[in-house]
Amino acid sequence: MQDVTGHSWDAGKAALPAWSLPKDAVDRIALPGDWPDRVTREWALGGSTGEGVRVCILDSGVDATHPSVGELESAVVISIGDDEEIVADEDTEGDVSGHGTACAGIVRRLAPESRISSVRVLGSSFTGSGAVLLGGLRYAIEQGFDVINMSLSTTKKPFASVLHELADSAYFKRTVLVASAHNMPVESYPWRFSSVISVGSHEEPDPLAFFYNPSPPVEFFGRGVNVEVPWLGGRTLSVSGNSFATPHITSICALVLSKHPELTPFQLKSVLYLTANNVGGGR
Amino acid sequence: MTEQPDLRAAVAAGVVGSEESFRALLSAIVEVARSIFGAKASSILLLDQETEELVFEAVVGEGEDTLLGTRFPAGTGIAGWVLATRTPLVIEDVQNDPRFASDVAEGTGYVPKGLMAAPLLHEDGALGVLSVLDRPEQSLFSLQEMELLGLFANQAAIAVDLLLKAREAERLLGAAGGDAEVVARLASAVNALEDEQREAGFRLLDHLARTLGK
Repeated sequence: MQDVTGHSWDAGKAALPAWSLPKDAVDRIALPGDWPDRVTREWALGGSTGEGVRVCILDSGVDATHPSVGELESAVVISIGDDEEIVADEDTEGDVSGHGTACAGIVRRLAPESRISSVRVLGSSFTGSGAVLLGGLRYAIEQGFDVINMSLSTTKKPFASVLHELADSAYFKRTVLVASAHNMPVESYPWRFSSVISVGSHEEPDPLAFFYNPSPPVEFFGRGVNVEVPWLGGRTLSVSGNSFATPHITSICALVLSKHPELTPFQLKSVLYLTANNVGGGR
Repeated sequence: MTEQPDLRAAVAAGVVGSEESFRALLSAIVEVARSIFGAKASSILLLDQETEELVFEAVVGEGEDTLLGTRFPAGTGIAGWVLATRTPLVIEDVQNDPRFASDVAEGTGYVPKGLMAAPLLHEDGALGVLSVLDRPEQSLFSLQEMELLGLFANQAAIAVDLLLKAREAERLLGAAGGDAEVVARLASAVNALEDEQREAGFRLLDHLARTLGK
């Protein structure tokens, strides 16, 4: 069954009201009563391995032969067809820069039982890369991934409104978009949109340490400095940048969603807030 | 193409400065970047939109004799990722593997152990990449350095934008043929005058413009 937003509800569950709340529907939107009085890190993700959560790495591809990455659920490369349609072919090339492999490695390390897929939007051609990026994001949202890791941004203003629309559509379809914030003083997207989880870097070595930023637009800080990651050719590198902080928050989202699959992106963001090191003290 | 823009380009070509002076500015930027980070080398790569290649426009330190003008495909490698995603990153090879950073090493024999790279962003375009290679091995990277790299990249982007404008003005001047060249010389000559001579030069141009009906 699908509501007007295209969201599928569990079979057997009565349709929930989308636009208004008649009196007799109040009981039907009662939330699960297992939220504790105080939301702790232990409640949120304790014991979770990310099992069952589908994570998409929207990047340069992923080298699945690297021992720190392992098997992928799927891998496609995006291109734009003659009629401007989005084409998703099976990706046999792997990773064109090493970056996507690094992101996948971080997710595999922190949420080992999550199901990782790669959607490659880089490398086929430099010109038109913006259209491929948009096409890749649209494709990933259509696939219904639970979490999309987007360690990249665009500065092209004409793409901003489409990206905004895509980010909102992901939000309402329960796909969490985790986007890397820009650490240079430029206007870029989609991390600035409030429907995504935007990520900057902190310098702590704890991979599960994360902080809420009371001065958005950057909303959370994840580990982003001197991180060991897999790279091309079976290598391991030490890397820094917001683009590596992003898969840390992606992994934390996967851990929480694996334990609490009913959470909407709004609720997930609330859990992140309540369990951030500078709010709940990381307990 | 109308005649008017070409003549304006000619004026621009006459006064905005030569390619050499902008190249000198880019060299100065990479020199300061290398010095501040205590690195072995620093470079600026520019995107050639027509061929979709990255070209070394300024190099200081290791590889400066051989890298200038060297090209490689813009869609791949670490610099390609930085350019396409508009995102800076820092990478250090913990295994000292010679296959690392092959886009830099290609044709030079110089294999960096680590690199910092930031995109050169101007308005909504990505013009190229600023790289700093091989910081001191014993120093761990910090966010402060990332911020500094971003500041340098911004400065470099402004210089690159001026260089590209100067090149475009020269190109338009060349396309307009010999007729426009006199306008460039005139603009350059008046621009070089000082004090009373400069004022007199502008008065002369004003009279000329009135005579031509403007």
